[in-house]
Amino acid sequence: MSVVDGSTWEPSRRELERRAVRRARARRDILVATVALVVVLGALVIGITSAPGWDRVRETFFNWDEAKASFPQVIKGFGKNVVVFLVAEPCILVVGAGVAVIRSTVSPVMLPFRVLAVVYADVFRGIPTILLVYLAGIGIPALELQGLTTNTLWLGTGALVVSYGAYVSEVFRAGIESIHPSQLASADTLGLSRWQSMVHVILPQATRRVAPPLLNDFISLQKDTALLSVIFVFEAMFSAQDYTNYHFNYTPLVVAAVLFIGLTIPLTRFTDWFARRMMRREFAGVAK
Amino acid sequence: MSHEALLEATGVRKTYGEKVVLDDVDLVVRPHDVICLIGSSGSGKSTLLRCLNLLEDVDDGVIEFEGREISDPRVDRRAVRSRMGMVFQSYNLFPHLSVLDNCTIAPRRVHGVPKAEAEQRAHDLLTRFGLADQASKHPDRMSGGQQQRAALVRALCTQPTLLLLDEITAALDPELVGEVLTIVRELAEQGTTMILATHEMAFARDIASTVCFLDQGRILEHGSPARMFSRPREERTRQFLARVLPQT
Repeated sequence: MSVVDGSTWEPSRRELERRAVRRARARRDILVATVALVVVLGALVIGITSAPGWDRVRETFFNWDEAKASFPQVIKGFGKNVVVFLVAEPCILVVGAGVAVIRSTVSPVMLPFRVLAVVYADVFRGIPTILLVYLAGIGIPALELQGLTTNTLWLGTGALVVSYGAYVSEVFRAGIESIHPSQLASADTLGLSRWQSMVHVILPQATRRVAPPLLNDFISLQKDTALLSVIFVFEAMFSAQDYTNYHFNYTPLVVAAVLFIGLTIPLTRFTDWFARRMMRREFAGVAK
Repeated sequence: MSHEALLEATGVRKTYGEKVVLDDVDLVVRPHDVICLIGSSGSGKSTLLRCLNLLEDVDDGVIEFEGREISDPRVDRRAVRSRMGMVFQSYNLFPHLSVLDNCTIAPRRVHGVPKAEAEQRAHDLLTRFGLADQASKHPDRMSGGQQQRAALVRALCTQPTLLLLDEITAALDPELVGEVLTIVRELAEQGTTMILATHEMAFARDIASTVCFLDQGRILEHGSPARMFSRPREERTRQFLARVLPQT
């Protein structure tokens, strides 16, 4: 066995050959990927544009002039979608985590709250979100209660929080239950109270674990802000429909769709990146 | 190039970033050899096994298996692995499958063995290793020793020509170590070719045909267990053995 100083190591000819093979393969993979992409996209474009009704569809859905004319109105509405999303998201996190924590308590005093939490999750996950938005936006003002807002924007936001809070509470609960009982046992042996264990040991781990599905729910929420159109909130969807009704052209709906995509894609990429980073962290050390 | 070698590694190098984990490692394994890799944690034992099984790409050097270079990037890794078995320290049984299904998945899906035949073979091996009544259980229901024996059976079910064992008793308590080592000893006596990374020095002395001492990514010294344990040449080997061998 020859002893070679590590610092003076030079790759052998065999290794250089191997690297060349790997590089050649990487180049070939890129070429294959490019060709596959062009062929598949090309086939899609040709398939759609050669459809018999394509000319009419292009005129009514993809009209550049109509897009330009409707853009100011649609983007103004879209601002409301963003506001609703930004307000609803933190509220949903609090409601979801709170309900999940209540459901995982064991104290007898907490029983009524546990029952309420179960009923809440069962009922509001069962009702279609669009019905909740209707009920909140039209039913609550009809009660004519003093001191309660009749602003449909905020009532609709509340409906989204209630509906998504129920979903997210189940995501959190799954995360809490996935933490191994030995974690709770070791927190117990350190003398932490149940509440302290939950706050300092269980919930941080659970949240990390369910972050990808949580972000997934938030991408879904971004789109569901368009449901507020059914209670006449002038958000992107409703603004686009409004324009459509006056100009008999559906292009504004496509404009709204593009705006939504522009918002969800960055969040989707962020979700992917976040999940990958977590994989690397939690499974580090496999390859010593 | 020795023609009778089953596996031959020459000048194997592996780095993680700046850290050199394996440095110019040579290893020859002939049929029926039992090679024991010893050395402290971080000396490169596991990495060497992972490189041999192509779980890691080497950064230099050549690995030949059954007369073919397997360190070539063009080699079909799955074909190589279907001839090599590996058992890990933490068992790595599939928790969603019963022991029997763990043992038949590779023969059936990779080697195309008919279900009945694969199950028969698994049952025979499980019986031999005292696990006949555990076949329908899921891994988490068994003790560590039982799980590790099941993992050995899983590796043997594909009838590999070379078995790689990576510190397979390190996670077991002393009482359970024995039941796993008994099986390995039996396999060695039957002529199974094996490379094992181990901390069980007494066991290595008993069954090894060659003992290799790894230190900082190099095979510092190798030889028959009789010589290695009684007359090590290197000071570093002496120090290591003095620390790990029971004082007699």
